[in-house]
Amino acid sequence: MALVTDIATGKQVLLNSDAQMDDALRQQVEQRLKSGKSGIVILQEKETFIQVHVPSPRLVIIGAVHISQALVPMAQACGFDVLVIDPRTAFASAERFPSVELLAEWPQEILDDRPLDAYTALVAVTHDPKIDDFALQSALQQQCFYVGALGSRKTHAKRLARFTEAGIDETTTQRIHAPIGLDIGGANPAEIAVSIIGEVIETLRKGPQA
Amino acid sequence: MMEQQNDTLAVAQKWQSEGRNVALATVIETWGSAPRPVGSHLVIDSEGNFEGSVSGGCVEGAVVFEAVEAIETGQPKVLEFGVADETAWEVGLSCGGKIRVYLEPVTSVAHSVQ
Repeated sequence: MALVTDIATGKQVLLNSDAQMDDALRQQVEQRLKSGKSGIVILQEKETFIQVHVPSPRLVIIGAVHISQALVPMAQACGFDVLVIDPRTAFASAERFPSVELLAEWPQEILDDRPLDAYTALVAVTHDPKIDDFALQSALQQQCFYVGALGSRKTHAKRLARFTEAGIDETTTQRIHAPIGLDIGGANPAEIAVSIIGEVIETLRKGPQA
Repeated sequence: MMEQQNDTLAVAQKWQSEGRNVALATVIETWGSAPRPVGSHLVIDSEGNFEGSVSGGCVEGAVVFEAVEAIETGQPKVLEFGVADETAWEVGLSCGGKIRVYLEPVTSVAHSVQ
């Protein structure tokens, strides 16, 4: 969705990409919707401001654990749409996660209907391959902009061995951030959550090479 | 970030639904080291209350002052801020950047909707 304003007159038009518009405007609107960047263009010698509105990035958290309880409000404050998935009902309780969408189901039951995408970050923090692995593989396949997994280097080495066994190539598995999070020495769940959201934002803003 | 923009727009909508007169300021261009990206919003009511930001706090005061006037006249306008010496404004951006801000009174019916 783009709001187009003629700066001189204040005339405004709200457009989506299906709307009728002249080619020069269409080209500018489409390019800006793609990049997510608003800005000024000169159209028919008129100074025109195109403000684009794109959906929030999503964060899918696999595991309704202690770290997730700290991570949910941080991610929400940074503007992410957050979803928590954990099939273990003792963990995935509304009491523990009062203000976020929470699904007490297996990731494979959810992710078929609600596929991940390139605007989504996925973090897997259960420590349990039965829960984490499917979601991680799905995130790699769907080109999530960030894929992170909790666990030591040793745990991650085992994970990589399983993924290789499953036929996933090394270039793909290298996209998993593990051990998860920026190296700030986080010692408790909230500090680890800070390191995770920091790394997710770094990847969102600076790209995977950061 | 876009959702924070949307938060500010939600405030504008809420204030308006409460019957307050509202103006919206939007960063439309930046040069050099500007504190807030293009598209950032500040919402202001006729009492001078505001939410959001168009700079890191450097020029909000002046924008609020202009906004109260824009609400009265009903006319949109463009404001420019640079380092204090380079502009006619008494306020400026200490970071040395330059910004243009589009200021519009928010009416319940858009000027033109296609």
